[in-house]
Amino acid sequence: MKINKKLLNNLITYGIVIIAFIICQSMVSTGTMSRSLKGQLVPICVWIVMAVSLNLVVGVSGELSLGHAGFMSVGAFSGIVVSTWLLTRFQMDNEPLRLVLAMIGGGVCAGIAGVLIGIPVLRLRGDYLAIVTLAFGEIIRNVINCLYISFDNGKMHMAFNNSDIPGKLIISGPKGAVGVDKIATFVMGFILIMFTLFVVLNLINSRSGRAIMATRDARIAAESVGINVTKYKMMAFVTSAVLAGMAGTLYGLNFSTVAASKFKFDTSILVLVFVVLGGIGSIRGSIIAAALLTVLPELLRAFSDYRMLVYAIVLILVMLVTNNPMLKTRMVSITTTIKQKIGRKGGKEAEQE
Amino acid sequence: MTQKRQSETRMVPVPSHSIVPERDVDKRPVLETRHLGIEFGGLKAVEDFNLTIGKTEIAGLIGPNGAGKTTVFNLLTKVYQPTNGVVILDGKDTAGMNAAQASKLGIARTFQNIRLFGNMSVEDNVRIGLHNQIRYNMFTGILRAPAFWKQEKAQHEKALELLSIFDMQDMADVQAGSLPYGAQRRLEIVRALATNPKLLLLDEPAAGMNPHETEELMENIIKIRDQFQIAIMLIEHDMNLVMGICEGICVLNYGRIIAKGTASDIQSNPTVIEAYLGKRKEG
Repeated sequence: MKINKKLLNNLITYGIVIIAFIICQSMVSTGTMSRSLKGQLVPICVWIVMAVSLNLVVGVSGELSLGHAGFMSVGAFSGIVVSTWLLTRFQMDNEPLRLVLAMIGGGVCAGIAGVLIGIPVLRLRGDYLAIVTLAFGEIIRNVINCLYISFDNGKMHMAFNNSDIPGKLIISGPKGAVGVDKIATFVMGFILIMFTLFVVLNLINSRSGRAIMATRDARIAAESVGINVTKYKMMAFVTSAVLAGMAGTLYGLNFSTVAASKFKFDTSILVLVFVVLGGIGSIRGSIIAAALLTVLPELLRAFSDYRMLVYAIVLILVMLVTNNPMLKTRMVSITTTIKQKIGRKGGKEAEQE
Repeated sequence: MTQKRQSETRMVPVPSHSIVPERDVDKRPVLETRHLGIEFGGLKAVEDFNLTIGKTEIAGLIGPNGAGKTTVFNLLTKVYQPTNGVVILDGKDTAGMNAAQASKLGIARTFQNIRLFGNMSVEDNVRIGLHNQIRYNMFTGILRAPAFWKQEKAQHEKALELLSIFDMQDMADVQAGSLPYGAQRRLEIVRALATNPKLLLLDEPAAGMNPHETEELMENIIKIRDQFQIAIMLIEHDMNLVMGICEGICVLNYGRIIAKGTASDIQSNPTVIEAYLGKRKEG
C-alpha cells in the first residue's frame, strides 16, 4: 500500500513534467508561443534541475547550502571546455551527443568540486555550514574569474591571470566564455529533468535515501543504528553537485557568452527561493516554483520598471498564503473530502463486483 | 628521572568482583567496562564505573535523578568519548570508535526522550534499523537493479517480522510520529532490535506506561532475551519492573556505583536506601 502511494506520487510528478513538455513542444511547433517565452524554455529546464538538486541537500538531507551556483558555474565552464575540445579535436558534429558528453563532463567536474568542498564543510552543522558553502561558492566564482583556457591544435592550455597563452581562448577570465556553440535544446533540457527526477526520486525511495532522511530527522538515533552520517550527507551533497553541474553545462551551452559573474551569490539565493517557495523537501513543488518564477519576470514585463517590485510582492503573497494556517486547514479538509469521495466510490465499485 | 624500585611500588586490588548469571559464566561477557569515566570541564559525571554483563543477562541500572545513568548509556554507545577507562564490547575494545561503529559491534539502544524518525512510516523506521543488515549500494538503488527489489522485499518481510514481536505489524504504514506514546517506545525497541544487537540498552522503557502496559513490557523483555539470546540492560525508575526482571542490578549515585547485586541484595543495602530516602535522623 505504502509503496504504491509513493509510486503514485512519483508518477504524478513525472506526468506533470511530461505533459508540460508536450504542451510546450506543440506550442513551439504551431508557433503560438511568443519569442521571449521560447527563449526561456532551456533556462526553465536548467532552473528546475537546479531547484530539484538543491532540494536534495536542503530538503532531504536537511543542510542549508548557499553555494549551489558555484557547482553550476563549474559545470557550465567545464562543459563548454569539453564541448569545444570534442569539436576541435575530434570534429564531432553530432550536437546532441556532444551535448550529452559535455554534460557528463560538467557533472563529473562539479562532482569532484562537491567532494572537495564536502569533506571540510560537512563536518559543520547548521548556520556554519551555510556560511562556509556561501564562501566556497564565492571562491569558485573568483577562481573562474581569473581562469584562462585556450586550445591550440587540440592541446589545452590553462593559465591564471594571464591571457598570454597560445591558441584560441575558450575561457578568458572575467569576460568568461565567448563565442560558445549554442547546442542546448529544449528536448535535451526535458531529458535532463527526467534524468534528475529519476536519480533523485529513486535515491529518496531507497536504503540510501532513508539513511539520508534519518540523519536529517534524528542524527543521534541514526548513528545509534549504525548509519555513517558523514557518508550519507556526502552522498546527498555530491549527487546534488553533479546534477547542478549538468544543469550548468546546459545553461552554458545555451548562450553565446557566459561570464563567471552570472553565477554569484544572488543565483544561489534564487535557487533557494525556488526550493523554499515550492516547499522544502517537495520535489514537485520545486519544479513548479522554478518554472513559474522563471517565467514570472517575463510575464510582468507590462509593469516595466516596477517588475522586480511586483515580483517581490508576489513572492511575499505566495509565502503568506501557503503558510496561512486557516487556508492550510481548509485545503486539508478539501483534499480529505475528495479522498473520502474517491474512496467511497472505490468501495462501492468493489461492493458491486 | 629516578625509577622506583619494585619493592617500593604499592599494589592495589583491581575491582574485579563483577557478577554475571551462572548460565553465562563460561561465555564471553557481552560488555565489560573498566574504570570508565567522563569529565565535563572538571565535573566528573561518571567515575570509576566497572561493570560486566553476561551474554544473556537482563541487567538494571538504577539511581536517583541526575546520578549519571543516561551518561553511562551515552558512554557505552560512544555518543560521548570516555575520558577515562575502557569499554569492551563482546571482547573488542571500542576506543576511538564512533556511535555508528559501536552499533556495528552489536550495541543498540533506545532513548529516554524518544528519538524516532517521526515523519516516516513505522515500517521505514524499522527498515532504517535494518540499514546494516540488509544492504545494497546507492547505484543499485538509483538504477532499480534486480538486487534492489530483492533486498527491499527482504527488508519488508524482516521489518514485519520484527514488528510482530509487539503485534505492531498492522501499523506498518502509520506515520511514526502519530503513534501513541507507548507504541512509540515499543517501536524504538523494534528499531534497536533490527540492528541485530548483542546488547540492547533500554533507557526508561516503561516511562509513561500504565501498570498493565508495564506488565506486558516485562514479559516482552524476557521474550526478546529468550528469542534473540541477547543481553539487555535497562534504566528504569519503576521498581516493580526492575526488581521483577533484572538479574544483576547496579545502583549509581553522583556518577559512582554504590551497590551491585541481585534484587534482594539491593533492596536491603543501607547505602542504596540512604541514596534514595536520605539518612535517618539520629536521636
